[in-house]
Amino acid sequence: MADTSNAAAFVEFERVQKSYDGETLVVKDLNLSMPKGEFLTMLGPSGSGKTTCLMMLAGFETATHGEIKLDGKPINNIPPHKRGIGMVFQNYALFPHMTVAENLAFPLEVRKLSKSEREAKVKRALDMVQMGEFGGRRPAQLSGGQQQRIALARALVFEPELVLMDEPLGALDKQLREHMQFEITNLAHDLGITTVYVTHDQTEALTMSDRVAVFDDGRIQQLAPPDTLYEEPENSFVAQFIGENNTLEGRIEEVQGELCTVKLDSGDIIDARPVNIAGPGTKTRVSIRPERVEFMPERLSPDAHLLDAVVEEFIYMGDTFRTRLRVAGRNDFVMKYRNAPDQRRLKKGEEIRIGWLPEDCRALDA
Amino acid sequence: MEQMQAADGTPLKRSLKRALRRQKLRALALVAPLLIFVLITFVIPIGNMLFRSVENQIVENTLPETISALKDWDAQGGELPSDDMFTLLYIDLWLAQEQKLHTRLGSRLNYEVSGVSSVFRKTGRRVGRFDTDIYTEQFTELDPAWEDPTTWVALFEDDAAADALQLTARTWDRWSDYLVSEDEDPAAEDIQDFLFTALHFDLSRAEGLTEGPPILQSAAEVAGSFKTVNLKEAFADADNDWADLELWQTLKLYSPTYTPGYFLNSIDMQKSLDGIEMQPANEQIYITLFGRTLWMSLVIMGCCILLGYPIAWLLANLPARKANLLLILVLLPFWTSLLVRTSAWKVMLQQQGVINDVLVWIGLVSNGDRLVMINNQFGTIVAMTHILLPFMILPMYSVMQTIPPSYLRAAKSLGATNWTAFWRVYFPQSVPGIGAGSILVFILAIGYYITPEIVGGTQGVFISNRIAYHISSSLNWGLAAALGTILLVIVLMLYWAYDKIVGIDNVKLG
Repeated sequence: MADTSNAAAFVEFERVQKSYDGETLVVKDLNLSMPKGEFLTMLGPSGSGKTTCLMMLAGFETATHGEIKLDGKPINNIPPHKRGIGMVFQNYALFPHMTVAENLAFPLEVRKLSKSEREAKVKRALDMVQMGEFGGRRPAQLSGGQQQRIALARALVFEPELVLMDEPLGALDKQLREHMQFEITNLAHDLGITTVYVTHDQTEALTMSDRVAVFDDGRIQQLAPPDTLYEEPENSFVAQFIGENNTLEGRIEEVQGELCTVKLDSGDIIDARPVNIAGPGTKTRVSIRPERVEFMPERLSPDAHLLDAVVEEFIYMGDTFRTRLRVAGRNDFVMKYRNAPDQRRLKKGEEIRIGWLPEDCRALDA
Repeated sequence: MEQMQAADGTPLKRSLKRALRRQKLRALALVAPLLIFVLITFVIPIGNMLFRSVENQIVENTLPETISALKDWDAQGGELPSDDMFTLLYIDLWLAQEQKLHTRLGSRLNYEVSGVSSVFRKTGRRVGRFDTDIYTEQFTELDPAWEDPTTWVALFEDDAAADALQLTARTWDRWSDYLVSEDEDPAAEDIQDFLFTALHFDLSRAEGLTEGPPILQSAAEVAGSFKTVNLKEAFADADNDWADLELWQTLKLYSPTYTPGYFLNSIDMQKSLDGIEMQPANEQIYITLFGRTLWMSLVIMGCCILLGYPIAWLLANLPARKANLLLILVLLPFWTSLLVRTSAWKVMLQQQGVINDVLVWIGLVSNGDRLVMINNQFGTIVAMTHILLPFMILPMYSVMQTIPPSYLRAAKSLGATNWTAFWRVYFPQSVPGIGAGSILVFILAIGYYITPEIVGGTQGVFISNRIAYHISSSLNWGLAAALGTILLVIVLMLYWAYDKIVGIDNVKLG
């Protein structure tokens, strides 16, 4: 967990709870602190409370308990239009009866800027998203990607210090999405704005963010930079949710500092790193990434515990080979390895032995 | 450019047409029942109405001889038509009263000049007793064969005779046509006085009739010296108005087959010898009534917008369960008879009614001067606003439903206050719903009948009540049709203007 009493925090959630019906909590005890200029992504399955958090920050929902602070000042009782937070909506929410330029001028108009100032800022914002030519068009005359850019420009045109984005790329096709991910991160870093980005797409979260907050069941499961999140998940939800993952269930046999042995339900013994376990004898789920599994005997250390495996399926994916194996009584174990000259292509039904470095195999909560 | 060809060598266009024909036929078959229904129940009646509003054949059909002779009469000359005209009128009227058509003509002309109806009724009763039997006597004295209808039948099978005796031939044709239509045999019916009158009319003008059957030739020789009847006096005797220029002028004025008269009446004007002029001030009602109908429809539409908008907004923004309940409440009036709803307003609004009782009870109004809220414009506006409100709410609701709440949120996040967000962002997008509802309510209101009839009194009635009066009470269908046509044109013009100003594409029903 991040340090909630961070003095330099720009956005802070302190023990925030939210309930809609008075019976269940949608957000349970949320603590979060963001420094200025950070790009933070809230990632989670639908219903995990991430959008509710965003809406509370924007002011469209009120926190049932706890305090939200912006730049050190509590904002719970400030109406949304006085918070000065830019927001990009999932469906862009461009006003269909106004032209692009009018859409962009809207936040400046309500701030009572003079006409010349407005025009200059609108032009700058349009140029910023390379849409300078489109000021006279209606939103309906633009493609999805163009609308996305306009929505972004509108959220930035009044120069907010904090921008919220609610799954802004959800409606775009894959290629455009990847391109826009790149543009949004660049823009956010260039302008030095603090960004809270909500998505359920983990690739998006990993590629764009400084830090990712993984939400589940109304709580932040882990808040960490992308690489930490992927390589060092703190619990089995995060391990499952981020990237592809093999899970084996068993009990802790023995713990020796940074190493432990786990007896799987099938009776096999494997090595793992104890991360989130109660102690010997307790149940655990071990998590291992498909690309960290080895089967070439020369790459396996001789004293490691190995498992017998049978190739169920071999899929050629170009840059990688993906192999589904039957291991320890389950047949959904996946091993991925690079398409390199020294690698072998396995055949269906082939019997091999697999193993891994103990530090790549994390024993987590059951 | 070379013509594209299908695989079998036929031109592609023809191939495509053949392939599509089946689909088109099927589509046509599917819409045919509705199309026929609409044609029969909508297009034809409207066409009929448009036709009736200008149609005026009754005058010419009932008095064909008189009308054709009237063409040469100078209506402004200050002189009554000649004696001949009265002879023709006698023949026409005799036939008309035999067929009971004269009263209808009387009613028709009575719309233009009051009193004509009784003139025709009175004259119709007397026309059979005019002294024209002296012609019958004189002809039969000359040759008893004249009394025999077969003589007449034979006479007019001869073209030469028919040529020589034009009026008589035409009259005989009308007479025998009438008899045939009544399933009688012209060769078996007694020859009536008016036929001898026509015969005398023709023969006394025919000079030196040398051809034709002998019976005719011998009659022609002496007819000039027959005793005659002064029909002008006979008519004047039957009703003094026949000696009056005005009746003849009216006849001439309304003799054409098609007349703008009904339309002129609809806008408080009338035809006169000097052209078109306004009706006398005490008979002008229609322009006022049209104006009132339009004005009150506008007020009702405005009330519906003001009352309906917040409800439609609630409907569109409440959670589904509550919205459904509210929608049922909105639709509830639809499940109650229109008559019951209107009558309920009568109970509510009358001077001894619920609202007045309550006002008196809480002391806002003293018992002596209870408010008059019914049988006036106020009553009509209240009751019709209530009845038409769902027609405003539903289109507004369906449009508002399509406006995502994220627009308002976006506006607020951009710094707009609640009011600015509503006025600049939400309201413009809900305008198509207001437009659709307004057109619907206005067009319904402008033609409304039952409610103004029940709660409108004299000051709150609409033009449609007047139309209904002319349809069912005064039986002046031509005027009713003209009023209806004007109403239709007004609606179409408003629709057109709306399309020009707002654009009909902007009207959405959902």
